[in-house]
Amino acid sequence: MTAGTAPSLTQSVVPVNAGAHVTAVGWLKGTVAFGLTDGGVLLAKDAETHRVEAHPDAGILVAASDGERFVTGGDDGRVAVTGQDGSTKTLAQTKGAWIDSLAISSGGAFAYGAGKRVIAHDDRGREKTLEVPTTARGLSFAPKGYRLAISHYNGATLWFPNVEAKPEVLEWKGSHLDITWSPDARFVVTSMQENALHGWRLIPDKGHMRMSGYPSKTRSLSWSGDGKWLATSGAEAAIVWPFESKEGPMGKQPRECGVRHAKVSRVAFHPNTYVLAVGYEDGCILLIRLNDASELLVRPAVQDSGVTAMAWDKAGRRLAFGCADGQGGILTLPT
Amino acid sequence: MSDKLPVTVLTGYLGAGKTTLLNRILTEQHGKKYAVIVNEFGEIGIDNELVVGADEEVFEMNNGCICCTVRGDLIRILDGLMKRKGKFDAIIVETTGLADPAPVAQTFFMDQDVSDTARLDAVVTVADAKWLSDRLKDAPEAKNQIAFADVIILNKIDLVSPQELDEVEARIRAINPYAKVHRTQNCAIPIDEVLDRKAFDLDRIIELEPDFLEEGHHHHHDEDMQSVSMKIDGEVDPEKFMPWISNLTQVEGPNILRCKGIVAFPNEPKRFVFQGVHMILDGDVQSDWKPGEKRDSKVVFIGRDLNEKAIREGFLACAA
Repeated sequence: MTAGTAPSLTQSVVPVNAGAHVTAVGWLKGTVAFGLTDGGVLLAKDAETHRVEAHPDAGILVAASDGERFVTGGDDGRVAVTGQDGSTKTLAQTKGAWIDSLAISSGGAFAYGAGKRVIAHDDRGREKTLEVPTTARGLSFAPKGYRLAISHYNGATLWFPNVEAKPEVLEWKGSHLDITWSPDARFVVTSMQENALHGWRLIPDKGHMRMSGYPSKTRSLSWSGDGKWLATSGAEAAIVWPFESKEGPMGKQPRECGVRHAKVSRVAFHPNTYVLAVGYEDGCILLIRLNDASELLVRPAVQDSGVTAMAWDKAGRRLAFGCADGQGGILTLPT
Repeated sequence: MSDKLPVTVLTGYLGAGKTTLLNRILTEQHGKKYAVIVNEFGEIGIDNELVVGADEEVFEMNNGCICCTVRGDLIRILDGLMKRKGKFDAIIVETTGLADPAPVAQTFFMDQDVSDTARLDAVVTVADAKWLSDRLKDAPEAKNQIAFADVIILNKIDLVSPQELDEVEARIRAINPYAKVHRTQNCAIPIDEVLDRKAFDLDRIIELEPDFLEEGHHHHHDEDMQSVSMKIDGEVDPEKFMPWISNLTQVEGPNILRCKGIVAFPNEPKRFVFQGVHMILDGDVQSDWKPGEKRDSKVVFIGRDLNEKAIREGFLACAA
């Protein structure tokens, strides 16, 4: 166990009582938004909180944030947007389908999945729909340009919503869950039902990458700011794959950061240094520096309070987190 | 783990009365809240607060095994529901009339996230007394649903004569002698006969006796679906039995829909209990043999085109 001996930052954490299982957290400038399974969005700024009923009588299944907007998908079939001023409105609505996949791009576009249909809205409000072969599980916008990666059974689809051309299909047998695009747009990586990751090298050769050995599913993926490392959950340590070379991680060993007797549930790379925030199913949170593996304790283990969401602010000075039992907190790094 | 959410799977051919049974469960004054997962294209008119539409997406696991299928949509929906734990007491999954129950059941054994938080309680099949015999001839799905069931609601008995009713029940028995069969009209049945059956809990498999309502009815043989039940008056050798059962379920897995057994090992004070779905086997030593109780070994296989002779000889060769 390393958490007990790590130097502590726990004094720098302001606790937040979010009140329900936290699905996702995001930053709206200096305000933290906690998306909750009871349908609320809790806005926290310094010690003050304000609750917004973004999905009344429903639950938030997924959320994404671009620093300005906190966009949420619910089991009421709605996509809602909440701002730091506490305003909330419906962005889109479907009949009954759960909205549990969502992506936004900093330009103002957003996309969501409703069963097999993927609906994309560009920054000018033009709506396009694509039907994929099975339920769209994960969505991710390309770092540049209006292009969407969609994960589903037996592969992924790359789609330019505003281009007539047929979407590009990336095939790999099995059920693909979450999907992410590397910051340099060279790689697309999915997590899979079979406790593994699958990746495609888009440049130059469409090569496959298989990353396996996890004891459970990976449901959290985070790139270092420069795109050279991909941190992942699903093992009793954060598994960090090297993506520096053009082949990706093939033939290389991943780093294992923060080995403990608890499964890693969330990972979040600091936006501009090689520091990784690692959240565990037992509630513990560590900050780990990749260069020397040194660790700082953010939160000790708390029973029934597994870490379910984490996000850094844009400058990387503060880390917000939320947990399964509705607890949360905001760490401010000492200067 | 008692805090796992129980999940009841409701199957049955089109028009047999699944929705009637579901509404009966939901409207009964029991003070419990259910999350109901229905097929999007299924019958409507379900009166419940929490209804989720599913797509019945059957996914093969990427492990080279053709019968290792799971319901991808169910994994996704249960993941979402588990975040709202405390809002409901149990989950009911209604499948379409054409659905194979196996992928639903296997989801509870093959997906770690699902098995950590939920447990399969029972497969309940609603059958139409008037039309089941015909469906067993022309619809393999209907046969699967009967073979797979822990509880069978033989519904619409008012539409058939007593002779026809006995006939159709005999057909059910030929396929699945171990399910609990209830004869109903409008699915009128006490809820506790359907819910909280714990049919997949090893510690609840305490005896393996066919559930025959009456003695001496004439015997039916289904052409391709049958049950093979066997007994050894005494103990089996675990060094022989374990490789045999494991090999049999690996090789014959695609044809074996369900299996169950209680066996006695020499010098083992507890019963060894197992149950399985296709290639998935779940087994452990459970409660003690009672003082004076006869330590014998019983196994049952329900499946399609089973080689009864080979299975029987294989099992008998495991005797200690």
